[in-house]
Amino acid sequence: MAIFRARRVLWRSFSTVSSHPLRVCIVGSGPAGFYTAEKILKTHQGSQVDIIDRLPTPYGLVRSGVAPDHPETKNVINQFSRVAQNGRCSFFGNVALGSSISLVELRELYHVVVLAYGAESDRVVGIPGEDLKGVHSAREFVWWYNGHPDGRNLDPDLKNTDTAVILGQGNVALDVARILLRPTSELAITDIASHALTALEQSSIRKVYLVGRRGPVQAACTAKELREVLGIKDLYIHIKETDLKITPADEEEMKNSRIHRRIYELLSKAATAGPSRPSSGQRELHFVFFRQPDRFLESYDKKGYVSGVHLEKTGLKGIGSGKQIAIGTGQFENLSCGIVLKSIGYKSVPVDDLPFDNQKGVVPNVKGRVLSDNSGDPTSFENGLYVCGWLKRGPTGIIATNLYCAEETVASLSEDLELGVLASTTRLPKLGRDGLLQILDNRNVRVVPFSAWERIDKEEKRLGSLRNKPREKLTSWEELLKVAGSE
Amino acid sequence: MSRSRYTQRHCCQYQWSTLELLPETRAFQGSIFQKHHGFSTSASDGASAGADEEKGTIPVTFVSKDGEEIPIQVPIGMSMLEAAHENDIELEGACEGSLACSTCHVIVMDMEYYNKLEDPADEENDMLDLAFGLTETSRLGCQIVASPELDGIRLAIPAATRNFAVDGYVPKPH
Repeated sequence: MAIFRARRVLWRSFSTVSSHPLRVCIVGSGPAGFYTAEKILKTHQGSQVDIIDRLPTPYGLVRSGVAPDHPETKNVINQFSRVAQNGRCSFFGNVALGSSISLVELRELYHVVVLAYGAESDRVVGIPGEDLKGVHSAREFVWWYNGHPDGRNLDPDLKNTDTAVILGQGNVALDVARILLRPTSELAITDIASHALTALEQSSIRKVYLVGRRGPVQAACTAKELREVLGIKDLYIHIKETDLKITPADEEEMKNSRIHRRIYELLSKAATAGPSRPSSGQRELHFVFFRQPDRFLESYDKKGYVSGVHLEKTGLKGIGSGKQIAIGTGQFENLSCGIVLKSIGYKSVPVDDLPFDNQKGVVPNVKGRVLSDNSGDPTSFENGLYVCGWLKRGPTGIIATNLYCAEETVASLSEDLELGVLASTTRLPKLGRDGLLQILDNRNVRVVPFSAWERIDKEEKRLGSLRNKPREKLTSWEELLKVAGSE
Repeated sequence: MSRSRYTQRHCCQYQWSTLELLPETRAFQGSIFQKHHGFSTSASDGASAGADEEKGTIPVTFVSKDGEEIPIQVPIGMSMLEAAHENDIELEGACEGSLACSTCHVIVMDMEYYNKLEDPADEENDMLDLAFGLTETSRLGCQIVASPELDGIRLAIPAATRNFAVDGYVPKPH
């Protein structure tokens, strides 16, 4: 125990004892990036941390993923902004790993590079009809209503149909359902992107189906989100009582998980609570369990457009360690709809010169230390290269999960520093921030420093105040860069 | 505004690592807490013996992730999260006390004090679902408000375990 204390003291003073301040670059400014920065700044006095992001705006999914009607969840931005304002920390937006600067170059400029750029792509279902018009990933839809500049042109058609099918029953699926079903008057006072608010105000969607492969006991959402969607004003909720039947295996799963127990209770109550049929004109939310998509159906009248989902009934099969998976039963049915949102998980994107596990969709690593390849050889690491967040663990968890993830990665880094694993690089001075900015300047990259983001922030708040919204997001690259660059 | 912050740094590593070593036997925890409560109060005789009626504060002891005991005085009506921050105690509070996260999760070290608290509302329970290292006496620090009957309460800040799980998976039956 005393050794542990001494070690911490050693880490703190390491940078001052060494003649070269530790220069760290973190790629990605979401929770993983910021919690990592905060931890490094605290643990290594004298270290300099630069956070780069390909967007002009920081905060990752806190800005572009958390739903507009969940403002409290975004309070963590205040903490992250204090980190960015630390004298030893800099944020550089509009700097893309790969096109603005390569990984090889970053590793040359900095003693340590931490990749925390998350997961910007999607898992595919892998069934026929997936590229029919009207089939979107939930990620794109969320980017669209959250004003992400790459989601602006999604233009989902909410007018051709009264039914939306969402594949998946996690929190993202529930967010999407809620945004489609909430009275728009309630959305109008949030930071939802105005193009999305307009589309939703004109939307004809009245019925939303949340389709899951397994049962209510396995539903991936959490209590707060479920409670919220069940509590939407004047919404008819439908859950088949027969779906609520539980097996001994289900009971075992619930015994070991407080979350699943509470979710099941909420769903059971909701199944019997309301009226048995919707009143005329009432919006509807249907929870569909034990159905997996077999193919997307094409419309007869509108070639190339989706008109429904061909679903296969499933049963559950135990695969050991208390887990149950869905198995098709060979019985099928159709569910008609005009729009499908796939909410089955995100996927990370590889970059050049970075080992990548295509199967798991993550960078191979051990406690955040990047492995040289996928071979499974646990002893060959990429010197000075670390990973944190979804890129390290896969696209699961909540904002707070990254707190612990960052602690683990930074502990690995600190250990490597102390044991001299990085001595070959830390022995030399690195150009760090100055070197990076020089290269970017040579390439005419318009870097957006934190002060420029603050200009964007101020303008968004100003525009928002004109419409009784906390902010009116700037949703195009042009607008964002223009305001960032203006005085 | 840091009130009388005692600088006792006696090593509570032993106490804390005992807690970490017994993940399966939380039934023990009540009794272990009681045992160490005895150990600590006898050692921490520097802390105030009771509520300071005049100033309207109560003594509260935080036990940090490393086992360090930090006795502070908390004004009646202030939440434990706020009190921790006022005293530079490392307790996360991502959502700033709005019941939208679980990062201010604390463990009430004595069952007796845990029982004095009002039952958590649904909203707090929803967040506790996602807390890491949840125990039978876990609460959110932002929801524990100082009152005279909480005089002497001891709150442990859970250590981030090496085997942290994702999706709020709770490792023990509850």
